Amino acid sequence: MRENGILRIVTRLLIPLIMLFALYIQFHGEYSPGGGFQAGVMFAAAWILFVLIYGLEAGLAVIPERVMFVLSASGALLYAAIGLLGVVLGGNFLDYAPLMEDSQSAQQAGIILVELGVGVTVASVVMLIFSLFARRRGEQGESWPAEGDD
Amino acid sequence: MSIVDWMPFSVLLPLIAAPVCALLPGRMLPWLLTLIAVLASAVISALVLPQAVQAPLSYHFGNWPPPIGIEYRVDAVNGLLALLISMMALVIVPWMRQSVNQEVPQRQGPFYALFLLAMSGLMGITLTGDAFNVFVFLEISSLSTYALVAHGTRRGALLSAFRYLIMGTLGATFYLIGVGLLYIMTGTLNMADMAERIPEVADTRAVRAAFVFIMVGLGLKLALFPLHRWLPGAYSNAPSAITVFLAATATKVAVYVMLRMVFSVFGVEFALSMPYEEFFLVLGGIGILYASVQAIGQRTAKRMLAYSSVAQIGYIALAVGFVSIDGLTAGLVHLFNHALMKGALFMAVGAVVYRLGSNRIEDFAGLGREMPWTMLGFTLATLSMIGVPLTAGFISKWVLLQAAIADGHWIVVGVVAVGSMLAVVYLGRIIEAAYLRPAPEGRAPVREVGLWFQLPMWVLVLANFWFGIDTSLTLGTATRGAEVLLGVGP
Amino acid sequence: MDLLGHYNYYVVVILMMIGLYAVIARGNMVKKIMGLNLFQTAGFILFISAGKIIGGSTPIYREGVELYSNPLPHVLILTAIVVGIATTAVGLALALRIRETYGSIEDEELVEDDGEDWSFGDR
Repeated sequence: MRENGILRIVTRLLIPLIMLFALYIQFHGEYSPGGGFQAGVMFAAAWILFVLIYGLEAGLAVIPERVMFVLSASGALLYAAIGLLGVVLGGNFLDYAPLMEDSQSAQQAGIILVELGVGVTVASVVMLIFSLFARRRGEQGESWPAEGDD
Repeated sequence: MSIVDWMPFSVLLPLIAAPVCALLPGRMLPWLLTLIAVLASAVISALVLPQAVQAPLSYHFGNWPPPIGIEYRVDAVNGLLALLISMMALVIVPWMRQSVNQEVPQRQGPFYALFLLAMSGLMGITLTGDAFNVFVFLEISSLSTYALVAHGTRRGALLSAFRYLIMGTLGATFYLIGVGLLYIMTGTLNMADMAERIPEVADTRAVRAAFVFIMVGLGLKLALFPLHRWLPGAYSNAPSAITVFLAATATKVAVYVMLRMVFSVFGVEFALSMPYEEFFLVLGGIGILYASVQAIGQRTAKRMLAYSSVAQIGYIALAVGFVSIDGLTAGLVHLFNHALMKGALFMAVGAVVYRLGSNRIEDFAGLGREMPWTMLGFTLATLSMIGVPLTAGFISKWVLLQAAIADGHWIVVGVVAVGSMLAVVYLGRIIEAAYLRPAPEGRAPVREVGLWFQLPMWVLVLANFWFGIDTSLTLGTATRGAEVLLGVGP
Repeated sequence: MDLLGHYNYYVVVILMMIGLYAVIARGNMVKKIMGLNLFQTAGFILFISAGKIIGGSTPIYREGVELYSNPLPHVLILTAIVVGIATTAVGLALALRIRETYGSIEDEELVEDDGEDWSFGDR
């Protein structure tokens, strides 16, 4: 699909916008609709759009599979670390109040950090699922539709 | 910090160890991390149980008081189950090492991570006091179980995992719809709070529909006849270690959730006003007979033991169908005892699979001489399954018969007796093949398995006899649990 | 009895039955997964539509508003949607592997215990 001019130009415009919008949703999750999961899926959708147009190898050159693996685990560990931080500082698990002095900003800080962990994990997992499925199809010997089909 | 502060870590430590384990390379490191996480969880559960039997322990996540926040609530009913799950995991992980090295030789980091997720999911279901949290952990444990079953060595494992996935997700979604209806009617998700609010809306169609949805959803998860179709395929095609773990824990947790929802949330009067007793007595009884008869005709040991598990779940369903202290005690104590019995049986079969590569009953011929310790363990566990006095199985059947006689259900006594006789038949086929038939011609001599396999199996076999003689832990806690569920007692 | 006002429940029931029919009556594995998704979506709509309170405004705290719609069902269903996505991913991965080892994905034709091994080289 690289040959098709319309697709190429539209995705060049759209992909950065999608990623920016994903970051916007990520960081506004604590006082408006949004949060980690939605943002992660949108970010992964932008990467998948890139792969659809430019091919899987180009996509994996941007983010190798090994990095996706490590990111997915580290996002979950960030979430757990924030929870344990609450315990270490004297509260219960996932207690945000001991994190900062002002109770409202403590809640905001806690929520933003755990949502960041969720967003990283979700984005990397969705990208990983797509790349594992797509790589398999290539290995089976069935090729993608030939370039210049349309 | 008191033990209450440590209580949720029996769930959280394996859960946090899972993503770390997924990244570890090789074979030794993931297994070691799994062992450490499971050991910590078992120690915490053992320390929590004595206090939980006296008075319920409650932990508030995020320091939000219930019913605003999620709480973990341990009392006599789920304290024993949490101890069972973590102790079974602790016994299984050393046993797993060589078996998994043979059956799942590659990518053991993700495999052990899935095992940790499944175990922490089951622990989470047991400890939580929030109805939606049960759904979340139910799906965590179920999804990792589907993936674990798919790791089996035969290609049938993929198909069994897919069918298990379809049926299991249907069950979980039914449960979710039931909880949704309850939330609409009561406005809360905390189980203790729901129990207070349900009596005022108990007469509405929505609450009755919620009861039925939850019953059917959990019935799918606990493989109650006729919703048991996924179980034989999943147990026989999964890797041997996973079969041991599943047979000992997965369906028990679903039974616990059902007891908790019916008795603690909906209440005894509501359960009696719905056809609860008939449902469980009839389906449990038919399940025992049908599954025992099916077990006789199976050609492989694992499939036969899987149908036997369906029959044993029928016993538990029969026991909880009697809404009395004796009945619920019998159900709770059989949850514990059956895990010990089936765990030992599947471990013995797993050792045979490790040496022979097959578990067809005709291949067991001559193993009484070639693998004496393994078959001795199998025979002793069989005695417990049948209900010979001095074993844990006898205790379960004794309390169940007491409950049946007290209520005057003589048909149940007959069903239990017939079930035990059928158990002699289908388990006896393996024992007959092992001891009375000579080894087939031309088969290379089979060595006994090493200590990694023997020690965990013998721990379970001896536990069968220990808990058959000294019943203070199991019967005492189960009786206390039955009192808590029925709302009587101190 | 407010028959027309309860249209959200009619939608829930219709979607639930279509999904359940697809799971039970269709043999193709991908169709079963699609039916499962429909069934789960019906459950989600039940939760979310019950969260809207008549006369309530969006649940963002501001001056002068007395009645808010309930934001809790949305959060619960977000979790349930993630669970549904994970289930779909595992189901499709299994269907893909089954297609490779068995050659077909029609559920009725496939037998579980045909004893054929699946060597590790295929992983």
